[in-house]
Amino acid sequence: MKRLLRGVALPIGLLAVWEIVCRARLVDPRILPPLEQVARTAVDQVVHEGLLYHLAASLMRDVAGFAIGSGIGIAIGTLLGLSRLADRLFMPSFNGLRQIAILAWIPLISIWFGVGEAAKIIFIAAAALIPVVLNTYEGMRAASGQLEEVARTLRFTRWQLVTRLYLPSALPSIATGVHLGLIYAWVASIGSEYFMTVGPGIGGLIIAGRERFQMDLVILGILILGLVGLAINLGASAIEARLMRWKPG
Amino acid sequence: MDIAAAAAPPWPSLPRGGTSFLFPLALLGLWSVSAHFGWLPPQILPAPSEVGSALLDLGRNGDLASNAGISLLRVVEGFAAGSLTGLLLGIAMGLSRTAEDYIKPLFTAFAQVPTLGWIPFLMLLVGIGEPLKILVIAKAAFVPVALNTFAGIRAVPPIYAEVGAVFRFSRWQLLHRVVLPAAVPPIFTGLRYGLTHAWNALVAVELLASAEGLGYLLVWGRQMFWLDTMMGAMIVIGIVGFGLDRIMAVVEQRLQRWRLA
Repeated sequence: MKRLLRGVALPIGLLAVWEIVCRARLVDPRILPPLEQVARTAVDQVVHEGLLYHLAASLMRDVAGFAIGSGIGIAIGTLLGLSRLADRLFMPSFNGLRQIAILAWIPLISIWFGVGEAAKIIFIAAAALIPVVLNTYEGMRAASGQLEEVARTLRFTRWQLVTRLYLPSALPSIATGVHLGLIYAWVASIGSEYFMTVGPGIGGLIIAGRERFQMDLVILGILILGLVGLAINLGASAIEARLMRWKPG
Repeated sequence: MDIAAAAAPPWPSLPRGGTSFLFPLALLGLWSVSAHFGWLPPQILPAPSEVGSALLDLGRNGDLASNAGISLLRVVEGFAAGSLTGLLLGIAMGLSRTAEDYIKPLFTAFAQVPTLGWIPFLMLLVGIGEPLKILVIAKAAFVPVALNTFAGIRAVPPIYAEVGAVFRFSRWQLLHRVVLPAAVPPIFTGLRYGLTHAWNALVAVELLASAEGLGYLLVWGRQMFWLDTMMGAMIVIGIVGFGLDRIMAVVEQRLQRWRLA
């Protein structure tokens, strides 16, 4: 209880200062709009401007890109992790390419694929792919040698080896990668909407707010970004915990 | 003739590192062939030689050095500000439960919004000048440094503090002789993440609002449809990012040497 009170002290203090500063007209309301105006904008956006539609558009994009990116990522990571040849052929190139900050790909992607839905999803998929590949690869590499011997004694086929030994033992690591991929995909969704400002989306809304100098809209957008990020994080952690239940300890 | 030699393939085997160049070389070859026969218009995929000469041009007329220098300076300034604040906050939260109770919830909420989300907010607040870039980069570095410093201090085994108590260390001695040295590895991990995040944030903010820097080179190339310049800028962004991370990795290893002893 004491911890809770202490935890809310600073946020409430901050909001109070915000409110006082606005009431006393110490700052330009265009720079810092009063709280109630942000709330009004929120209601107005939901009712009249289709905020939920923008949110849905962003989330759909996010999910589509994430599904493609993590699916391909697990496949690539498995291949690189299990095949020495593939590892030596492709891993250095992959490591080289991922040094380029992911946002730096946006101008190139927008020239190659335009600024529509396809380009955005390709970019989101690429962002989600990187951590998934890396963690799947690590997980596959870390399979225990003892289990490999057991599998050999049991004369596992190649397919059995992958599905019964390597995938299960890499699962915790893959889950970490997928969790990271989810976070990256969400950030990439926003990024794609910032730079390819065609079509609906929360990122586009924030950019529009900045261009029209509507701070209330920008603040609302930031709140939504944070809430969605939080929801994604909690959801991923819950799924991860469920998947890992079989693990002792 | 021994068996190993007999079993060896008739062609000279590539050195171990050689295989890693096969794929990029093949890709480069395909790219050159495609450019040579004009399979794709040069506005979509310029020849590799053109990317090379664009890079050379940028290097020769000083554009590359000046833009990279500006970007590096921004990252250094922002990273210094952000990591220092992060260190202080992390130490405060790590040492004092009271500080943790007060600050952690607000910090978590703040960290929840990606750096990219703060950029338009800060643009309205401070404009699109140099302070914007420093603030954005500092925020990007601040979060991982604070988190890892906090976790690192909390992870110091209590036995260490007990040893300190046996020596009747004062609070200050305990802090700078025991707790901080023991927390150096995780703190450094945080710093390394922080620098990576700072570099990514720099690219983001330069793409969105800048008239100079490596990110701006990209925007400029995009507007002019100069793909060779864009690709050159991407390569430089990759190399600088890699270089910054390598520097941190080397320092990290040096700092951890005492652990082995």
